[in-house]
Amino acid sequence: MMPIGHYLFLSLALLLIGAVGVITRRNVIIVLMSIELILNAVNINLVAFSRYYGDVAGQVFALFIIADAAAEAAVGLGIIIAFFRNRETVLADEMDLLKW
Amino acid sequence: MLDSIVFYFFAGIAVLSAALMVTRRNAIHSAVFLITTLLSTAGIFLQLRAEFLFIGQIILYVGGIMVLFIFVIMLVRLDVPLPQIRSRARQWVACIVALVVFLEAAFIVWMSQKVPGQGLLVLRAAPAEKLPPNTEDLGKSLFGAYLLPFEIASILLLVAMIGAVVMGKKRTDAP
Repeated sequence: MMPIGHYLFLSLALLLIGAVGVITRRNVIIVLMSIELILNAVNINLVAFSRYYGDVAGQVFALFIIADAAAEAAVGLGIIIAFFRNRETVLADEMDLLKW
Repeated sequence: MLDSIVFYFFAGIAVLSAALMVTRRNAIHSAVFLITTLLSTAGIFLQLRAEFLFIGQIILYVGGIMVLFIFVIMLVRLDVPLPQIRSRARQWVACIVALVVFLEAAFIVWMSQKVPGQGLLVLRAAPAEKLPPNTEDLGKSLFGAYLLPFEIASILLLVAMIGAVVMGKKRTDAP
């Protein structure tokens, strides 16, 4: 069994890739997918610590995070659909309705 | 030995397809690569003896959330020929942020090795008998100690469902 640092670095790598996706992509759907990737990276951390401390609580938290991710995806995609119906675009640059 | 082979296999696939997901132009390709990442994460959960989360990850993420994403990608016109990166400056900012956070983590690793005794990152696994096939324990914990958060999560899902329906509904009274 490996030391836990390997899992932490995998989680960190996925989180950073997700953050780069959130910052650079124009398409809001891909930004949402990057957020899913970040939540998934957090789950790896929780499950790894659950395994290494021999305590099941980390898996319970990971389960709650999966439920949160589902809720976030449903609401976010609903917002995207509503926005696309009004403005005919999903590009983040053109979402400037609230800008002065 | 077998453990680390399995880990590096799944970790390599996860990181590679995550990088491809962020860089592909076509949103459907991104979605497929995200599915690959989520599946290899499920493999890592299995390697960490989280059997229930392994199945839950596949059913919920890949079977539920990603199908939703692909539906929306198909419903929405995506303008693939347009540039998909917001600007060069933002790309630089993103790379710098990622590099800074990575250096921060590397610094923490370096510091933790200087701490006498057992540092955090060299934590050894609990013996296998402390975490036997543990779906039953997970259920007992979920409906025992974590019953209130569980109910709150169910309310959250209900609210999200209502919100999604309201957002997605075609508005008939608006002009």
